[in-house]
Amino acid sequence: MLIRSTLYISSIIGALYLLFSCQSDLSIKTMQYATNGQKLYVTHCQNCHGAQGEGLGQLYPPLTDDQFFTQHREQLACIVKNGMAGEITVNGKTYNQQMPGVPQMSAIDIAYVLTYVTTTFGKSKTHFSQEEIEAFLAKCK
Amino acid sequence: MNRLLGSALFAVLLSGVFACSSPERKLPIYGERSTVEKEVDGKVQVDTVYQTIPDFAFLNQDSVLLTQDFFKDKIYVANFFFTHCPSICPTMQRNLLKAYEKYKGNPKIAFLSHSIDFKYDQPYILKDYANKLGVDNDQWQFVTGTKQAIYGMADKYLVYTKEDASVPGGYDHSGYLVIIDPEKRMRGAYDGTNQEQVDKLLEDLDVILKEYQ
Repeated sequence: MLIRSTLYISSIIGALYLLFSCQSDLSIKTMQYATNGQKLYVTHCQNCHGAQGEGLGQLYPPLTDDQFFTQHREQLACIVKNGMAGEITVNGKTYNQQMPGVPQMSAIDIAYVLTYVTTTFGKSKTHFSQEEIEAFLAKCK
Repeated sequence: MNRLLGSALFAVLLSGVFACSSPERKLPIYGERSTVEKEVDGKVQVDTVYQTIPDFAFLNQDSVLLTQDFFKDKIYVANFFFTHCPSICPTMQRNLLKAYEKYKGNPKIAFLSHSIDFKYDQPYILKDYANKLGVDNDQWQFVTGTKQAIYGMADKYLVYTKEDASVPGGYDHSGYLVIIDPEKRMRGAYDGTNQEQVDKLLEDLDVILKEYQ
């Protein structure tokens, strides 16, 4: 009886441990940025790019391409702020639809929304800092 | 005793199942209505005349004139949008796409999107948009027309549309998806940006399909 209940209790502890350890490997700050970014995403991006960043047909690209995020890391802030036009390749498919920017968005807000997108739909584990975004924005074409 | 109780319980449950199967639900008929009296076999009968969608002729994505003939014997869902609309349209079209995909190949259901950007959305732009959205048959029509014709038609569907330079994209409109029956009557209007209402639209399309099967 004693062995049985010991086994029982230890399996509960084991399950709890698994549950919490799987929750997140993001830092508190990254999670805060992502949470703030979610609200901005819903307001400014979700209409076209979808609640799961799935995009829409061949009209609006999905936001799930980690390779795109890595390769264009320095341009992401400019795309959010100023929009973009012309052909791009995302997840191996081409898209060519004009995207309106959100010119009123501040550097910190861009850091929030990019952190949300890249950690939620992409596999990034880190956040964008405000300083980093300001530096990127200074170099927008 | 136990067995008696068991079968009694079973009977109660069973009656519950049957009590819930209410008579076939029908969609309401929207719009204004009037009555006409006419004499049949010497007796005066009263008929109700419902508001209907008037005849139209719009250019579609293939530059072909689309009229009511296309929707003969069909139930269709109509809405108003424009291709480079940055606000509610993508969500509305994403949701209507779900309905299109659900009823794809069903000859009794069609879809009709009117562009309210009469300046930019020429047929070839609509065609490109339809292709990119994932529409690859003629079951979903995209049409353009003069400002007067399209905006006038929006009024007939009870959908608000307005050219307005102060809103993003330059045109203001509501995102309703409107069900029209084969008798050209309005049978439902659903906010195309609201998930619950879009689910209701899919449910109600099944209901009205039964009425006209």
